[in-house]
Amino acid sequence: MNTILGLFNYWIVIILMMTGFYIVMSRRNLIKKVIGLSIFQTSVFLLYITMGKRAGGTAPILDHERFEHYTNPLPSVLILTAIVVGVATTSVALALIVRIHEAYGTVEEDEVRGMDGAE
Amino acid sequence: MGRGQRGSVIEQLIVIALLALLVATAFTVVRLRSLFATAMLTGIYSFLGASWMLLLDAPDVAFTEAAVGAGISTVLILATLSLTTREERPTPFRPLPLLVVLATGAALLYATLDMPHYGDPGAPAHLHVAPEYIADAVPTAGGEVVHVGIENVVTTVLASYRGYDTLGETTVILTAGIGVLLLLRRRNGRTGTRG
Amino acid sequence: MRHQSILRIVSKLLIPYILLFALYVQFHGDYGPGGGFQAGVIFAAAFILYGLVFGLEPARRAAPPALIERTAALGVLLYTGVGVVAMLRGGAFLEYGALEHDAVHGQHHGILLVEAGVGITVASVMILIFFAFAGRGQRR
Repeated sequence: MNTILGLFNYWIVIILMMTGFYIVMSRRNLIKKVIGLSIFQTSVFLLYITMGKRAGGTAPILDHERFEHYTNPLPSVLILTAIVVGVATTSVALALIVRIHEAYGTVEEDEVRGMDGAE
Repeated sequence: MGRGQRGSVIEQLIVIALLALLVATAFTVVRLRSLFATAMLTGIYSFLGASWMLLLDAPDVAFTEAAVGAGISTVLILATLSLTTREERPTPFRPLPLLVVLATGAALLYATLDMPHYGDPGAPAHLHVAPEYIADAVPTAGGEVVHVGIENVVTTVLASYRGYDTLGETTVILTAGIGVLLLLRRRNGRTGTRG
Repeated sequence: MRHQSILRIVSKLLIPYILLFALYVQFHGDYGPGGGFQAGVIFAAAFILYGLVFGLEPARRAAPPALIERTAALGVLLYTGVGVVAMLRGGAFLEYGALEHDAVHGQHHGILLVEAGVGITVASVMILIFFAFAGRGQRR
């Protein structure tokens, strides 16, 4: 029981990651794939932040008169930049999808591949 | 009262409710075919994630995730939808992706049995570099100790102790912006090499 | 039409405060949650809201793309410039203690400039990306 209470955060995050992964693999629409990738990405961020939490701690803003223990600031730093970089790369992926739609007329992966193969 | 002590019952209930909503939102995104609704649900997913991050004592990250995920990202997906399609074609069900996902998920769940429990103060993540950052006294290779003296430890680490990484990441953001401009900018009606 | 006017009036009221809040988050990143990344995104969100409600042409007049492209590069230049100035003053690259006579004041000023650079770049890139997507749908 103690194991379940201590670990169920990670299990939920793994379920979320696998859902995003499933969307990327099983759906053929390119926009849906990018959305699945975005869900996967956000779940990975949640995993890191979960690992940084310290019981009995508070947010890592120093106030030595009132608090003694602080949550680990290092995962926050890593994920902070990862979030903004993630939206920048997602925007590049979406820009590519827009150009694909203009060139092929569709964003379904199998139709695009079919048109490419027919050339 | 509740601040700084082990989570009270109300906080635990809120966390359980947030997690249940997160899972429900993710499962709904799998099933929906209307891309407009999935864009909205992705924004809601990011916002729920930001709420959970706030409960996990990471206000900077919650801030950024709410602004970026629920704001910018949703606008970009909607802009893409307005330039392309609104509906996803129905996909026949194939068992292989589900099997791969279940196998990977089982492997990861087995791996979590080795991980430190949630909130454990003795976890390896809290023991090596983090105490130096929180104590604001980082020894350098030259032997001297660097001291910054501002309250927000995340900003200290981001801008000073790990400033080189932040420079690289800012460059990545600039490069992604240049990439989008190369792909999508129109100049006076001419759209680029291929129509 | 009724919905349009509600959006326009509320946006006109809110956008200055959004910009002000972005500046607050930028400069109070030392004392509370905040910093360059958050401030840049919030600043860009104000311009995106303006573009969504009032149209792309007024937004382009408020934030001319030629200027925004230059500020995007300016942020990274500012960041690298702080590092190079630290080298010129005898320290290592990005060693803020070498910027001033007092190491702690050097750290404070270095962090201020570096976060400003990050905020400028992030805001500019987000605005540029929005203009690129929104401008693509126009027929010239």
